Amino acid sequence: MSIWVFIFKRIMQSLPILVMVSIISFFLIRLSPVDPLAELKLNPSISKETLEHEKQRLGLDKPVYVQYVCWAKNFIKGDMGISVTGEKVSSKIKERLFNTLLLSFSVLFWTWAIGIPIGVIAALNYRSIYDRLLTLFSSIGMAIPSFFFAILLLIFAQKTGWFPIGGLTSSSFYSMTILEKFLDVLHHLFLPTLVLTTISLAGLSRQMRANLLDVLDSDYVKFARARGLMENKVIIKHALRNAINPLVTLLGFEFAGLLSGAALTEYVFQYPGLGRLILEAVLKSDINLVMASLMIGSFMLVLGNILADILLKLTDPRVKVG
Amino acid sequence: MIKLFDGFLNNHPELKRFLKDKISITALIVLIVLYAAILFADFFAVYDKDYSNRKLSYAPPSNVYFIDKDGKLTKPYTYNWIREFNKDTLNIEYKQDRSQKHYLKFFKKGFEYKFLGLFRCSRHFVGVDNGGELYLLGLDINGRDNFSRILYGGQISLTIGFLALFISFPIGLLYGGISGYLGGAVDMLMMRFAEAIMSIPSFYLLIILAAILPSGMTSAQRFALITVILAFIGWAGFARVVRGMVLSIKTQDYVKAAVVSGCSRARIIIKHILPQTSSYVIIAVALSIPSYILAESGLSFLGLGIQQPDASWGNMLKEAQEFANIVYRPWLLTPGFLIFIAVLSYNLIGDTIRDILDPKSKITG
Repeated sequence: MSIWVFIFKRIMQSLPILVMVSIISFFLIRLSPVDPLAELKLNPSISKETLEHEKQRLGLDKPVYVQYVCWAKNFIKGDMGISVTGEKVSSKIKERLFNTLLLSFSVLFWTWAIGIPIGVIAALNYRSIYDRLLTLFSSIGMAIPSFFFAILLLIFAQKTGWFPIGGLTSSSFYSMTILEKFLDVLHHLFLPTLVLTTISLAGLSRQMRANLLDVLDSDYVKFARARGLMENKVIIKHALRNAINPLVTLLGFEFAGLLSGAALTEYVFQYPGLGRLILEAVLKSDINLVMASLMIGSFMLVLGNILADILLKLTDPRVKVG
Repeated sequence: MIKLFDGFLNNHPELKRFLKDKISITALIVLIVLYAAILFADFFAVYDKDYSNRKLSYAPPSNVYFIDKDGKLTKPYTYNWIREFNKDTLNIEYKQDRSQKHYLKFFKKGFEYKFLGLFRCSRHFVGVDNGGELYLLGLDINGRDNFSRILYGGQISLTIGFLALFISFPIGLLYGGISGYLGGAVDMLMMRFAEAIMSIPSFYLLIILAAILPSGMTSAQRFALITVILAFIGWAGFARVVRGMVLSIKTQDYVKAAVVSGCSRARIIIKHILPQTSSYVIIAVALSIPSYILAESGLSFLGLGIQQPDASWGNMLKEAQEFANIVYRPWLLTPGFLIFIAVLSYNLIGDTIRDILDPKSKITG
């Protein structure tokens, strides 16, 4: 089976899930007693025509299943309506989506860059003091509530002045050169990345350690050793490659966890990401925005899983579409 | 008695291994202390739920002295706080009222409560002389005693996860069992639904569900609904794993024997298949309690979970969102450390349980 067929099949599999997600989220929100236009009506800067247009667009005078079809059609066309403040939802989401992806990839990068070596070292020093320390630190890392850790880091940032507090860019961002802009964003990304990396690091390094231990125990590694291959070669060429495969599957889950986990961290650091957007939307009962960001969030999650599967297919030819 | 206990342990080697593990025993003791504290919250609390001293908002923790000015050991005593406005720095400052010592008294009479909900009682673990005030962990913005509120808040934060488990796990078990056993189109549909739930980023779903709760509920209703919401988030992933296990269990001979002997499907699923998943279930329960605790605290931290005036560790940390608070009033951060300790203990215990029940797993140890 060629890789393209695999990708096609995997995408077709995900479509019904996305449809179901949209149905679940639509009815959850529509069945709540909140009037979807209530907040818009309260905003004096929004004209009667806009309101009427929204009413038409959402089909509010029609039965609820017609409303769903209406909403879904518009959504596919990219028309997600307007938010409470009168802006277009789609443009708002675009901007936030990029920021969240930036944060997520930065976290994924660091988690893998740090987590894999840690896990390998622990597995190679099985039951030694390093190994015990890893278990201890990963337990601690997993137990810190993300928002609490974020608060502690904010205190740190405030006391030392080494890191900016909140946001993604400094106020003088627009007058900077490209290099300065880049460094400025990195500077702002540091603390949120640190929080999320600490939390997801534990799971990844533990999993890496467990996989490598399993592989080191297997017959082909014993055979490779028996043939007198150098230990380094056995580990790097034979063991590691197979130990990393299951982690690729985890990548999809990790991404899902990041989307969720990032919401609280984004909130504390005032980071302009999707998580904080949906939170603000929920607090303002901005229905259009809530629906759209929920769908985009789920879409990204499904996409993340597909990408992880494709990556796995590339690294491990035994994989088939389940 | 001890012999009997030994005999019991020998029959249960898993339990024996658990009790031998020093880390998990320490974690277990920590949890027992925490749960004892919240079970007897009324007894340990210095002030009742509705107490607030408006004159002392944000006063720091009372200092308790064991040694008096002459350097002699005495009964523990404390001083009251006096609020003063500093005209030079334009700050409100708290100073100790050194004119009068207030001795701490143990098992002192205080506000009346129902001991374990059974009988009226007014004894408290610790109190002070008449006129004295004892704030072991300072006060919050409304002048409420932080120490007492942590005890009451723990009652919610540490139990809500358990309650949610009691809803989500039976649902997940049955759902996974039915889906796996029936197979075919039913399985397809049920699994797509579960996957759809899993495809919504869980925290997004959580805050949306919490936000559509109607306002004006009593705190008991809100607590119940938040529990249901937490359970609603958690069941799908669990159901999927159970379904996978059921797929392999149902091909075993004893299940076929049950089918041939005419057992009903419900009986086969509940009596014959699901019990086989028990070690996984125990591991999953132990490892998922912390995530429920974290979810509740996160939700309350955002103001969507347990609402004021009820306390929960998450909503007490809400005050830590203000900079002045975290820098000048660090005692308001105590609930955060408690969440950390509780979650850490659960994780350590969960790890040990997994190592014992699933020896193949090499995640730790």
